[in-house]
Amino acid sequence: MTKTFTLDGKVIPFEEGETIMEAAAAAGVYIPHLCHHPEFKPHGSCKLCTVNIGGRLGAACTNRAAEGMKVESETEALNADRRALTQMLFVEGNHICPSCEKSGNCQLQAVAYHLGMLTPHFTHFYPARDVDASHPDVLLERNRCILCELCVRASRDVDGKNVFGIGGRGIKARLIVNSASGRLADTDMSVTDRAAEVCPTGAIIRKRHGFTVPIGQRLYDHHDIAEVPVAGMERPKK
Amino acid sequence: MPAQDVCDLPGIVARWHRDPANLVQILREVQESCGTIPSDTLDQLAKLLDVPRVRIESTASFYAFFHAESHGAYEILFSDNIIDRMAGKEALKQYFCERLWLEPRKLSEDGLVYVDDTADIGLADQAPAMLVNGYAIPSLDKARLDLVAELIRARKPLAEWPPMLFEVPDNLCKPGPLTGEAFVPGAALKAALARGAEATLAEIDASNLRGRGGAGFKTATKWASCRKAEGEAHYVVCNADEGEPGTFKDRVLLASHADLVFEGMTVCARVIGARLGLLYLRGEYRNLLEKLKSVLARRREAGLLGQNILGEQGFDFDIEIHLGAGAYICGEESALIESLEGKPGKPRNRPPFPDRCGYRNQPTVVNNVETFACAAKIAERGGAWFAALGTPQSAGSKLISISGDCKRPGAYEYPFGVTVRQILIDCGAEDAHAVQVSGPSGTCISFREFDRRIAFEDLATAGAFMVFSRERDMFEVARNFTHFFAHESCGFCTPCRVGTSLLRNIMDKLAAGKGSAYDMNEMKHIMHVLRGTAHCGLGHTAANPVVQTMEKFPDAYEKRLKRLDFEPAFDLDGALQTARLITGRDDEWAHLADD
Repeated sequence: MTKTFTLDGKVIPFEEGETIMEAAAAAGVYIPHLCHHPEFKPHGSCKLCTVNIGGRLGAACTNRAAEGMKVESETEALNADRRALTQMLFVEGNHICPSCEKSGNCQLQAVAYHLGMLTPHFTHFYPARDVDASHPDVLLERNRCILCELCVRASRDVDGKNVFGIGGRGIKARLIVNSASGRLADTDMSVTDRAAEVCPTGAIIRKRHGFTVPIGQRLYDHHDIAEVPVAGMERPKK
Repeated sequence: MPAQDVCDLPGIVARWHRDPANLVQILREVQESCGTIPSDTLDQLAKLLDVPRVRIESTASFYAFFHAESHGAYEILFSDNIIDRMAGKEALKQYFCERLWLEPRKLSEDGLVYVDDTADIGLADQAPAMLVNGYAIPSLDKARLDLVAELIRARKPLAEWPPMLFEVPDNLCKPGPLTGEAFVPGAALKAALARGAEATLAEIDASNLRGRGGAGFKTATKWASCRKAEGEAHYVVCNADEGEPGTFKDRVLLASHADLVFEGMTVCARVIGARLGLLYLRGEYRNLLEKLKSVLARRREAGLLGQNILGEQGFDFDIEIHLGAGAYICGEESALIESLEGKPGKPRNRPPFPDRCGYRNQPTVVNNVETFACAAKIAERGGAWFAALGTPQSAGSKLISISGDCKRPGAYEYPFGVTVRQILIDCGAEDAHAVQVSGPSGTCISFREFDRRIAFEDLATAGAFMVFSRERDMFEVARNFTHFFAHESCGFCTPCRVGTSLLRNIMDKLAAGKGSAYDMNEMKHIMHVLRGTAHCGLGHTAANPVVQTMEKFPDAYEKRLKRLDFEPAFDLDGALQTARLITGRDDEWAHLADD
């Protein structure tokens, strides 16, 4: 007999060892997230997928499903926290949605729409962050980095290259690359790397592709992120 | 010691077995011998250790004590706990900088000396205090700073400085079973060996010992689970990363009762079947390193460490010391393990907990210094003796680190259950107005609550007890703590990375007289998000000082509010400053009217 737990009252089957996020995704239920990606080891840093697990809050991407567990996700209180977390990500960096080439394909923007975020709410930090345009094919735009470490994981675990890492700590944490010069051009990054694809924001951009699909015709211009959790991953659900 | 230009990288790497897991130790030794960790060193280390440079850089840039730019031959870091501030740290720092013609955070013109602040260094009973090239100097006053300035001007190597500068008295004001009784090295181990591992664990269980790091998890449960867990190796880790501002009781235990601590670790090794123990000593306690190493050497000679301990065939166990490098978060046990493995100290996702999957992903017991000291006493004198002390849910004694507005700051050992009022009488704090129990992440109590008790049933504590008199501004206390948390957040999760900085900024806005009731609500909102969604205890508790002082000392906040509804942080007139500089105008008409 398959094991099950309930998510917002709905019965969700799961395999032993699966996380709440994995089981929910398999059952077609969307839990907002940014640092999670089905292809990579769970990370648990963005905290957008925080759910109520039997009265205790925890990340759906790192907590394993258990028989009979009662999980709440789509509550106004949890969505308010998620909105606040998304706002924190916006004020921490320098985001320019209207003129960003990732607009419409950006998960950060799409999650903000999904959660009904209307303003950044908090005071902007306006950090001074380096843009690295040294690489012939890939642009590194740290102003839009949300430190989800998907590029770190993709480069290390899929590409076997370790191009990316996180340096510093606290609010000064920043995306660093594997070269003495600190420049992306001096790493072995290639545009065909998985790491060039996984960024959920406009921080890692393939050059000369920005507007091949015009803004207005892009994925999240027509679908809520709940229908397509990861840009390019799968067909939109009905 | 004055920085050297060359540093024996291959030698250092070899000393640490060419093991990338020892990266923090390797970087620490590089920093100690070269004065800095320059960029090309990262490349060389990457080659020597055969790991990507980016991994070395992640670790090197995470810890506060590592830096790529030269801090000169003498790096002076003033401890910046609120207690240091109350003891006149700011004025003394300024005095010192003026004597040496320095600006803080700027290397002196001659490249000789650098002055900055650092978080609490575990000397709150001897505040203000500072670190010179990592070595602590307590009880600063003008005379001592004059002497330091003179030694620096004469370019005397640190090794030739008068040893009295670095003397750190225990200030043990009230001894108890851990600190007041003589302990014969080996006594606890002999009793444990005679009893057997299983029976020793039963004694720990019967003692009702709970972890002294603050969380209060039952020690026997942790040991039993680790003992049962399967793995290639088992490890004992002693958490001596006593970073909670205001706490220094582990320093006292390590300085004067190290045998008790090491013996507790060895008893644990016997119970769980470990062959290696690690003492994670905070970098701020660098002064203690040689002394602790000599205690370990003496114990090896006495057959209390090494192969076939006390003649018991197959009982092999030894202890290594790892030094931290300035990161409060490493006090969190899984962050501590990450640091022991040479990585940035970021808390892991749990479960699994360390008792099953800890150091090098093997079953590991992580306990506080004081917990191991208690375990040794229990092994020696039995569980019943220990359980008879204290209260039903809090057996035994508790070491309290007392500092702030009292006549006799220092270490006090009480049976659990003692009232705050009793402690205040004993330490000479008649006009106490508030006490911060267990540091910034703990509980702020007002004079109305002085009959509360130190015990897991009421006021749980890792050991800090900071006393504030009527004259102190509790807003400034909370503001100091928000700066501390923002500085010490590891940056891993969104709420803590951003939330702690937002809190700090709002507290600074209030301090600048630009606050409103809106900002107060905003801080409560951030606290709510932090409590619910942060990755670890640092984030969960980071807003506690603000929220508790807001509740208990509302006046301290209200007098700072400019308006009751909303006031922007943005200073419109200040924004014109650049324009004034460019135009060379600073007349009345170049300024906006102040409302």
